[in-house]
Formats: sequence, C-alpha cells, structure tokens
Amino acid sequence: MLVKALIALVTVAAGIGAALLLYYILNLIAERLPGGWEDRIKPYLLILPAFLAIVVYLIYPTVLTFINSFKDNFSRNWVGFANYRSLFESSSFVKGTLFNTLLWILIVPAVCVILGLLVATLADRLSPQGEKTAKTIIFLPMAVALVGSAVIWHFIYDSEPAGSTQIGLLNGIRSIFHQGPVAWLNTSTFHLNSVLLMVILIWGQVGFSMVLLSAAVKGVPTDTLEAARMDGASERQIFARVVIPQIRGTIITVFVTVTIGVLKVFDVVYVTTDGNFNTDVLGNQFWTQISTFFNYGAASAIVVIMMAALIPIMWYQVRHFRAEEAA
Amino acid sequence: MASIRFEKAQRWYPGADAPAVPGIDLEIRDGEFMVLVGPSGCGKSTTLRMLAGLEAVNEGKIFIGDRDITALPPKDRDIAMVFQNYALYPHMSVEDNMAFALKIAKVPAQQRKQRVREAAEMLGLTEYLQRKPKALSGGQRQRVAMGRAIVRSPQVFCMDEPLSNLDAKMRVQTRTDIAKLQSDLGTTTVYVTHDQVEAMTMGDRVAVMNVGELQQVDTPLRLYDHPDNLFVAGFIGSPQMNLMKAVAVDGKAKIGDYLVPVDPASQRKMSGKVTVGVRPEAWRLTSDGGEGLPITVTLVEDLGADSFIYGTSEVEGTPSTVIVRVSERGRIHKGDVIHVTTDPRNVHVFDTNSGERLSD
Repeated sequence: MLVKALIALVTVAAGIGAALLLYYILNLIAERLPGGWEDRIKPYLLILPAFLAIVVYLIYPTVLTFINSFKDNFSRNWVGFANYRSLFESSSFVKGTLFNTLLWILIVPAVCVILGLLVATLADRLSPQGEKTAKTIIFLPMAVALVGSAVIWHFIYDSEPAGSTQIGLLNGIRSIFHQGPVAWLNTSTFHLNSVLLMVILIWGQVGFSMVLLSAAVKGVPTDTLEAARMDGASERQIFARVVIPQIRGTIITVFVTVTIGVLKVFDVVYVTTDGNFNTDVLGNQFWTQISTFFNYGAASAIVVIMMAALIPIMWYQVRHFRAEEAA
Repeated sequence: MASIRFEKAQRWYPGADAPAVPGIDLEIRDGEFMVLVGPSGCGKSTTLRMLAGLEAVNEGKIFIGDRDITALPPKDRDIAMVFQNYALYPHMSVEDNMAFALKIAKVPAQQRKQRVREAAEMLGLTEYLQRKPKALSGGQRQRVAMGRAIVRSPQVFCMDEPLSNLDAKMRVQTRTDIAKLQSDLGTTTVYVTHDQVEAMTMGDRVAVMNVGELQQVDTPLRLYDHPDNLFVAGFIGSPQMNLMKAVAVDGKAKIGDYLVPVDPASQRKMSGKVTVGVRPEAWRLTSDGGEGLPITVTLVEDLGADSFIYGTSEVEGTPSTVIVRVSERGRIHKGDVIHVTTDPRNVHVFDTNSGERLSD
C-alpha cells in the first residue's frame, strides 16, 4: 500500500517535472529562432504538446471508432453498413434500447430543470439558515458516485419473495399496509422500471441543476421584480415573464449539460438491471456488445450513433454560448 | 382626487433595534410635486416604498384620496414607480417594457400601442422602441423608465433617486424635463433624493427628513429663508450656511468680541448657548475699520458671476471654515484678512441644545 502510494507520488512528480522540462525546452527553441519568427512560432510551439495529447487520446480513438464501426466484430474485415443495419433491424435495439434512451432524454433533463428551479425558488424564500440546510441536503447526492447511488436505490427498489421480510424501502412500506411485494425493476408496464431508474439519475443531478439555477435566480435584479409588482403582475406572472426570461441562459446550459450526461448514462442501468426487463439504454448496450458478444464493430457503431446525437446538442450549446458572449 | 396622507405610518424592519421610520405624518396635495430629501439612511426611501407598497406598514395608515391603501398590494394602489437603477426588463424591447403594465391589465393591443407611442413621442424615444435596454444610453434608459410610468396614467408617481445614475450634465437637463413633464401631466408625485439642489429646483414643496423623522415640510424658498431647526439650516443651501456657536448675553449674541446683530424675537427668547447661522451671501464686507468678524482668507473660488471666499477665523465658536460670497472679483486674495458683518434679518438663531429656531 505504502509502496503504491510512493509510486503514485513519484509518477505525479515525474509527470509534472517532465512537462515543465518539455515547455522549457520548447521555449528555448523558440527563443533561438531569428527575429520576428520567435513571436510567430512560439504560440504554436507551446500549444503543440496539448494538441498532440488531444490527437492521441481523443481524435485518434474517435476516428478509429468511426472506422471500426464499418468492420466486423474483431475489426478485421470491412463490412460496410452491416453493423448499423443489423442494429436498426433488431427490434429490441430500436424499440428497446433506442426508445428507452429517447425516453431518458425527454424526461430526465426536463425534470432536473423543473425540480432545480422549484427548489431554487422555494429555497430563496426560506430563512438564510433554512436555505443553506435545504440546499446542502439536496446537493449531497452529487457527492455520491452514480454507481453508489445506483446501489443505494437498488436496495430501495429491492423485492424479496412474498412471505419473507422485505428489505427494500418501497416494499417495506407496502408490507406495513399488508400489501404483497412488487418487483419494481422487473415491471416494464408503462416503462415503470425505466422511470424508477431515471429517478436515480435525477436524484443525483438535481443538486447540480439547483445550484446553477439558484445562483441565476438570485442574480435577477430585485428592482425588476419590484417594478413588475408595481406594474400589477401577480407572483406567477412575475416568475414566468420576468424571472424565467432573465435566467434563460442558465436554464439552457443546465438542460444541455444534463442531456449530455443522460445520453451517456450507463452505470445506473448496469448496476441495477443490466438492461434487462426492457430497461436497456445506448450506454449499456455498448458495454453489452463488448463484454457479452465481443462485437467491437457493433459497439463502435453504437458509439457513433451516440456521437451523432450529441453533435447537434453541442452545436446548439456553442452557438448559444457565443450569442451570450456577444450580448 | 389623488392627494396622499400618511398617518403615523411606521416601518420597523424585522430584527432592527429601532424603526427606520418611527411614524410619519405627511399630507401631499393633489397634483403636487413633493420631494423627500435627507442624508442616506434618513428613511426617505423607506417612506416612499411604504407608499408604493414595497414595504409593509407596521403601524399607522396611508391614504390616497379617501382610499385607505395601507394593506393593499402594490398592484391595487394605482401607483407607478421610477427606480434608481431604472429596473427595466432586460429581455424586453423598449416598447414591451413600456407596454408591460398595460398587457398585465389586459388593455387591448390597439390602445396599448397608441399609449406607448404617445409616451414615446413625449419622451423622444420613438426611434428606440424596438431596442433592448442594454443598447441604450443611461439617459435613454432613464426616459424609458419614465415612459413605463407615464403610459399607465396612474394616480401617483413615485420616484426613487431617478437621476443619481446620470452624469452631471444629463442630470441637470433631465431634472428640468421631469419637472416640466410632471407639471404638464399634473400627476401627484413623490420624489426621493439626497441631493438638496434637486429638491430645491424640482419640488413644489420639500420634506426634509433626518433619522426617520420629518424635520420641515415647506416650499423650497421657505426652507432656505426660514429653516425650522439646525439640521435643515445645515442641509439646505450650497455652499452650506455658516453655523457659529455664540453665547447669549443680555439679548445679544456674542462670538468672541463680535456682536452678532439679531432680530427682536431672538433677543427675547435666547439664553445661554445659541447657534447663529448666516448664509454665505448674507455677509457684508465692512470697510477697513476693523468692525465685524475677522477672517483670514485661505481660498478664493472665482465662479465668474460671483466668488466664494473660504477663510478661517481665530475667534472661538466659529466653524473651521467660514464661507463668504462676494459679487466682485479679483479684490480679495489668499492670505488677506477681511472683516464681515450682516443684518439682523439675515441671521438665523437656533438654540444649540434643542436645535430649534429662535428667530422669527
């Protein structure tokens, strides 16, 4: 244990030292360049290491994944669009995995924003101490890794055979009222189990949403609220027509950030149902393709689908961000 | 009828040791431009906000006309307010800002447009109607804030230091614009400022406040000519009135060897320690004979039309700086010793302890 810690320490120190040395050498090279070239070349020289790191660790794997999505399960032979075709021809993928992912995207970000906004607005009316306490409690799940949250909630949703003691909270409550246990996570009617899994992610994410939105709500100038009050607006009208438009930027940011997180959701599903009982999502299917079917081609194709879904969202966010900057 | 009446209206902020406004009694006539003026923290804004309904009234009552509005929410009071930072809705165009109250009141679109257009014309905002507030200058924003108040044609305007964010030149111009607008519209207006020049130039009457209490409510000139107490005497007028500590002996006020001429009423009433106030322009230079209060000149401010002489007097009881206004220029220089005196009708005598006025 101690040895491992030492090794880690040495690695960090060596890494930082090497990085410093690298930049020092690059700087030396730049300074040796004649006259005006120093200023012209130096910026490029200095961003070179970071650029190389991005190429090696981000761009290269992305390109490779894209290429592999057109190859067979061991990435040996070209198969054209066969991976995509078989995915989209499989009704369990389209009606299950893809549809579930869509549900997640439709529900989770919206609920996170609405709950976050609700908490932010209501907490704003508490005493300062009450507000602090309420926010801390709601923010706390953010500190728990999603895997951990999933395990905790798995217990809450747990179902034991009828007759034995129910250790799950929900079924425990049911047993108080002499109701038989419900196998919550096996129940895909109306996608109940998927929704229950979404609750886990929402539980974890609403703190993030609340913190950003709360700061935004507090940032709305008080006198605009008073002006609206003088102008005859009711509290609800003030919220809808004065507060919301002024925090629109933050709402979009939260929405997009949560959406990106939702699109990649994996751990919650993996830990609880592993995609069974019609709860599968893209992230989990990707892992199933690798770990169960050893099909790197199909896995790559799923990643490409996820990327394709992310690009418009990112594009919107960047455009929105620029518009905010310019304003 | 939109007269306003405060009856012992009190505002006590939760958790504060003392009320911000212990209980104000004030009557504002229909169509009057009333200025509330005082140093920061004197309760003038709180008073205005009680009228607007943005602060709760803890005790007492407020009436608009015959209506008791003490417990009404702001929207039911028929009051429009102009805020210090204008409080424009940043996401709305100028037009939407001005039309917001009408929209809430469900005024038909046609009529709404008409009223906004009229107000915009009145304020010279017509070409900016489609702009957002952030694309406007400070002066234009101020006018939008005015416009937002005007379109509603309310019974009362409340204005909370609406000029304090403008630069000096803009402020002087807007000052007259607002005063003219108000007299054209004839809407009862309550205007809060800490700037006594604004108070003097704009108000039909001015209410001077200090530590939550009304000190004097009068016309600007009456405040200037006849301050009821030491606070008003020191607050109204720029440069300040010279306030000097004197001792009353046998109906005469003495500052060192200088006998201040005072009016008969003061002669009768004063005793012990009194404070004598003389405005800078009320001093008269005496001929070289050495009569009057001796002053060593430390600074001469030539303003063109007149000059202010700042000086010190060794005589006990005089303030650190004595200010004298003279109409000629170039005759008095730094380092000169001048003697000044004045006439009884220009002297304000106050009881030093109570601060009350003793002269007529």
